[in-house]
Amino acid sequence: MRKGFICTVLSLFMAGFVWTPPWAEAAQWDISGQASLQTRYYPYSPAYPAQKKMTVSPSATLEPELVYEVDENNRFILTPFVRLDADDKRRTHVDLREFNWLYLGSSWDVSVGISKVFWGVTESTHLVDIINQTDSVEDISGEEKLGQPMVNVNIEQSWGTLSLFALPGFRIRTFTADDARLHGPIAIDAGNPSYESSKEERHIDWAARLSSTFGNLDVSISHFQGTSREARLLIQNRASQVVLVPHYDQIGQTGLELQLTTENTLWKAEGMTRTGHGKRFYAGVAGLEHTFYGVADSAADVGLLVEYLYDGRDSRFAPPSLADNDVFAGVRIAMNDTQDSAILFGGSWDYRSYAGFINLEAERRMTDHLKLEINGRFIVNAPDSDPIVTIKNDDFIELTLNYFF
Amino acid sequence: MKSNDFWKVRGWSAAGLIFFALVAAPVANAGDEEDRGLEVATEADQRDLGFGDYRVELKMILRNKHNQQTSRSMRNTTREQLGDGDKTLIVFDNPRDVKGTAFLSHTHKTDSDDQWLFLPALKRVKRISSSNKSGPFMGSEFAYEDIASQELEKYTYRYTGDETLDGREHFLVERFPTHPKSGYHRQMVWFDKSEFRVWKIDFYDRKNELLKTLTYNDYQQYLDKYWRANRMDMINHQTGKSTTLIFSGYQFAIGTTDMDFTSNRLKRAR
Repeated sequence: MRKGFICTVLSLFMAGFVWTPPWAEAAQWDISGQASLQTRYYPYSPAYPAQKKMTVSPSATLEPELVYEVDENNRFILTPFVRLDADDKRRTHVDLREFNWLYLGSSWDVSVGISKVFWGVTESTHLVDIINQTDSVEDISGEEKLGQPMVNVNIEQSWGTLSLFALPGFRIRTFTADDARLHGPIAIDAGNPSYESSKEERHIDWAARLSSTFGNLDVSISHFQGTSREARLLIQNRASQVVLVPHYDQIGQTGLELQLTTENTLWKAEGMTRTGHGKRFYAGVAGLEHTFYGVADSAADVGLLVEYLYDGRDSRFAPPSLADNDVFAGVRIAMNDTQDSAILFGGSWDYRSYAGFINLEAERRMTDHLKLEINGRFIVNAPDSDPIVTIKNDDFIELTLNYFF
Repeated sequence: MKSNDFWKVRGWSAAGLIFFALVAAPVANAGDEEDRGLEVATEADQRDLGFGDYRVELKMILRNKHNQQTSRSMRNTTREQLGDGDKTLIVFDNPRDVKGTAFLSHTHKTDSDDQWLFLPALKRVKRISSSNKSGPFMGSEFAYEDIASQELEKYTYRYTGDETLDGREHFLVERFPTHPKSGYHRQMVWFDKSEFRVWKIDFYDRKNELLKTLTYNDYQQYLDKYWRANRMDMINHQTGKSTTLIFSGYQFAIGTTDMDFTSNRLKRAR
């Protein structure tokens, strides 16, 4: 199914060349992209005997973006991605982030192919965002996504934007290698998952979202029906060992996003309710982002973020969530200098399990083409009752040099 | 990348508003000099009405006090709104790490502007606050308020006399920002008497000390009516830094609709 889908897009893509109409004077190619060298430093020894130390662990990526613009309303995009990782054979992977045809009508647009779509407003977690599978070997932030095959139509009217999605071809979640860091004690057979639907990865999911703006208030409601992007990990006894097998249930998830934009403060909330993982449950995140501009007579802006996270899932029937009863607080400093230097420092604290997690992201442009990033993920408390305990020794600091072309 | 992108680019975004604003002018109160000042600003504003829409490429050259240069480039599409501030879409091309980042602004005459930012790495559109008036646009010597749509209602005016500059006759008008968050106490604006184009602005900081001077160069007329400067130079007298804006490839009457300036369409901006 997925192969068939790719073939369809490929033929549309090829058709683009062949049938470049004579009036398409604006037709043009554009190639850009990004390559990176990255080193992770894991200061602590691994928690489990199967894991390599990976104290200093290098990797490299390449992500070119190829755009063929037939005319102003009609374009093809191809964005392959590859990472080579010295230590983690699962983090070494290839993906098509985008491979689609886009047509822009006067008050509507349609895209066919592999795309990325983001839903949401909050910063500490993305509860409502569900179209794309998480590429969890890339980063534990959950913000890196795999390309998703889709047919997407957006219709814009005075009352808002209606977005419709048909999603053929399920993408399985990526997991780090069994002998790599950021992995629990038990091997995961990520490539042989089980499904609730007899159509397995060929189940066609669908989704719809309606977004409207009322003055300073932005509201979106959405619904997704199909294969859960999160997997339950089921224990299976094999001949010589115990493994975890990802199981993807059929779910229905309804989401709500709210943002109120005022002078210096953005008020944000997301909520969702899901069926299919045990009894219907609710989850929510709400908070604010307040910015002080030009602090202490400098050009720098300082933003304060606070969010409260709740998740009512029953972990016997649903995949575990790290953000079940958490408070997140963070500071963002944007220097507003020529190099666009910026730092984000944040921490979440689970007030039931007392688990604590600290996140640091800093970046600075070196030249027109080079940017340096430093990220740190630190687990400050990992009680046995919290799912974060499986990676309790896997704090790391990551240095990335990005080359943009 | 990721969430930090937002902050990196936040500076850029405010800037978006700036371009078209610089070109037109400002407004007023009572008294003879006030009336006269408002008249000049109103005439300048009236003469730019009806342009409809345009597209322009923009290069920004930033210099520090040691004269070391860095540059940015972007494309700006603006659509005029009758009875409201203009709508502007800016797509960034350089530096390369922000390529594809797009900024959408719906400006308003007196209300706060509505602004959105598209971050291509996450495919995320963020509604952002427009209240940062005096912060630097993209690390440049232009503040957000310098770049934003220069609606008449954003200032009060006072005519202070005539002055000859580069052989041209000018009205010299003093204007005072009405917004409490403005970084300026006042500005001095030189309008030429023949076409009511702005040629020079002196910016005075909140302590009423001369902070910056902006000069407009190389004016060109489009559609036989609308004047646009191809080059603007902003010099910061207090830091020795300067920024040059170079505009190229102006196209008017490009046939945009309001649907090209929605937060949904921002995701498709190129």
